[in-house]
Amino acid sequence: MPFDSLPTPTLNEYLMISGLLFAIGLAGVIIRRNIIVIFMCLEMMLAAASLTLVAFSRFHTVDGLPDYDGQMLVFFVITVAAAEVAVGLAIIVSLYRARQTIQTDELTSLRG
Amino acid sequence: MENLPWFLLLIPIASAAIIQLGLKKSAALSSALSTISVLATFIIAVLLLGKDFASSFNWIEAGTLRLNIGFKLDQLATCMMIVVTGIGLLVHIFSLGYMRDDPAKARYFGCLSLFMFSMTGIVLSSNFVMMFIFWELVGLSSYLLIGHWYQKDTAADAAKKAFLVNRIGDFGFMIGILMLWAITGTVVFEAMNGASLDTAGTYLAGTAILLVFCGAVGKSAQLPLHVWLPDAMEGPTPVSALIHAATMVAAGVYMMARTFFSLGITAENMGILGNAPDVIAWVGGITSLVAALMATQQNDIKKILAYSTLSQLGYMVMAVGLIAPEAGMFHLFTHAWFKALLFLGSGAVIYACHHEQDIWKMGGLLKKMPITAITFLIGTLSLTAVPFTSGFYSKENILIAAKDSPLLYIAIGVAALTTFYMFRLFFIAFLGKARDSGSEDAREAPVVMWVPLALLAVAVIASPFFSQFFPTNGHVEVHAVPHFGDKLVLMSLGAFATGFVFAFLLYFGKDKEPISIPLFRNKFYLDIIYQRLVTVFQDAIAALVHFFDEFIIGGLLVGGAARSAQGVGNIFRRFAQNGSLSSYAYLMGLGAVLVIYFTVFAK
Repeated sequence: MPFDSLPTPTLNEYLMISGLLFAIGLAGVIIRRNIIVIFMCLEMMLAAASLTLVAFSRFHTVDGLPDYDGQMLVFFVITVAAAEVAVGLAIIVSLYRARQTIQTDELTSLRG
Repeated sequence: MENLPWFLLLIPIASAAIIQLGLKKSAALSSALSTISVLATFIIAVLLLGKDFASSFNWIEAGTLRLNIGFKLDQLATCMMIVVTGIGLLVHIFSLGYMRDDPAKARYFGCLSLFMFSMTGIVLSSNFVMMFIFWELVGLSSYLLIGHWYQKDTAADAAKKAFLVNRIGDFGFMIGILMLWAITGTVVFEAMNGASLDTAGTYLAGTAILLVFCGAVGKSAQLPLHVWLPDAMEGPTPVSALIHAATMVAAGVYMMARTFFSLGITAENMGILGNAPDVIAWVGGITSLVAALMATQQNDIKKILAYSTLSQLGYMVMAVGLIAPEAGMFHLFTHAWFKALLFLGSGAVIYACHHEQDIWKMGGLLKKMPITAITFLIGTLSLTAVPFTSGFYSKENILIAAKDSPLLYIAIGVAALTTFYMFRLFFIAFLGKARDSGSEDAREAPVVMWVPLALLAVAVIASPFFSQFFPTNGHVEVHAVPHFGDKLVLMSLGAFATGFVFAFLLYFGKDKEPISIPLFRNKFYLDIIYQRLVTVFQDAIAALVHFFDEFIIGGLLVGGAARSAQGVGNIFRRFAQNGSLSSYAYLMGLGAVLVIYFTVFAK
């Protein structure tokens, strides 16, 4: 197997990747103007959190076996995230219908 | 007999309540009811004469605070009761004639009954708190009666003035009561003792007495709070006789005598009050002098009598301040009868002259209304302390009290002035010829009016001989035949002669004022000064309060709080609530980072 020669990633490396993904997602949420992109970035932050759960699950062993509770939780997260995406996209569509835009810098009616 | 004194309080208040609630429409019934009620109280007062007992029931009890409603009968109280109910009765009878055609007769008699109730309460009360309550009630009934003809602006203003000026004195009185309470530990007259004044110290005790005296200054119209009494003459004349000459204004003297007797203050131990007695005596002395000077230049018959009352009240207060409250009370007793006589006499004159009060428009009344004139003359002689009249004996006692003090000369001078202005009044109003249509068709007063005058004239002559009922403590001297050789008697007679001669020379047979002293005529300009001072002070205080309210309270505290909240809100609105989704996300991220930092790393 060609992958055998590769070194097994450590927990720290998983967490680093996860943190990086989360940071990129947060930066996207803050910087980007398009709501769909912001939404994708949010999903990425969610994926980063899921990755953390899987990594902890993989490296935390009970009686010599990995603890699968974390991976179970990730399935739930994915399921709920799918539902959330459906709702979120629906909101964005109706927002567009109402305001003819999905650029956040044009949606400032909440200004105090 | 034990419960009889309660009826003294119950009968007048019942009469007042019935008139107020049910008989307002029926003037005849209400005047009859009021007169009968005062007759009943007079009979009870006579029955109680010379009795000495007390009774009370608990009103308020909370911790150490204990207040009673009760009466205390002793010589002082029973004697004062005779004055109040006796003169009250005669004034009621006189009012039947004087107020016969008044449209608000029922209200008038209702108020008189209310006054009788309040005055009886002051006389009978066994403690300071109860006395203070009735003290305010006489103030109220006085207000109502001065303002009886409230359609006249002057009457309404005078009523208001009387009430407000009295409030100033009563405020001091209230503080004085509280101080005496703190010092002696009780407000009940019987339980007070002078020894506790010693432990309180001279200044505290003296201040307490002076504050209590403030109440007397207001009610008995002493300088500087005398201004309301002359104005109070706007009320009906019988009211002036009863309230503003005989009883209510004397309540201050009664209250001071009661206080001094309760605290057991005598000439020997007066040192524990410091200078307070001197202050009281001098206030009285100066009031009597100033008021007598003012009286010499007045033209309104009632105003002359009003200033004369002020002056005589000053005499009484002076006696109290000289620690001779018996002499003050004796003068109160005799003065009440002859001043009531003079006021009712002036009422009869005013009634006969179609409500003309200017003495220069009267004249020749001696022939037209001889009974009134002769009784008026008897009152005048008594007021000017002619031997064998009641005023002579009581004034002599005050002179005896003042004999070691410079106040003696003031007292003698006032006696001369009193003779002067009273005979001025008599010469102008009763002698000579009629100067106006009113006095030309003057007729003798009707029976209901001259009978009280005659009875009062008898009482004026006889009142010193009632003096065995009097709170003498052996100090008051009444001799059937005056000691004409005595130096004080000679001085008193000399004062009378001086005043009489001057009055005779200046005013006998004159038709217009021969001398004019604007200072006296205008009451030393005190009213104007007060008005200016009050205006200036009131404006200054109002400006200060307005500044404080507008800028400190409104601007700084209330407005400041509002503005700072608004400012902080504006900052947040401008910088945080800017409507940009990404900055919200940024702030939320920043917040999350901070929360994590503080919970995980910052230990």
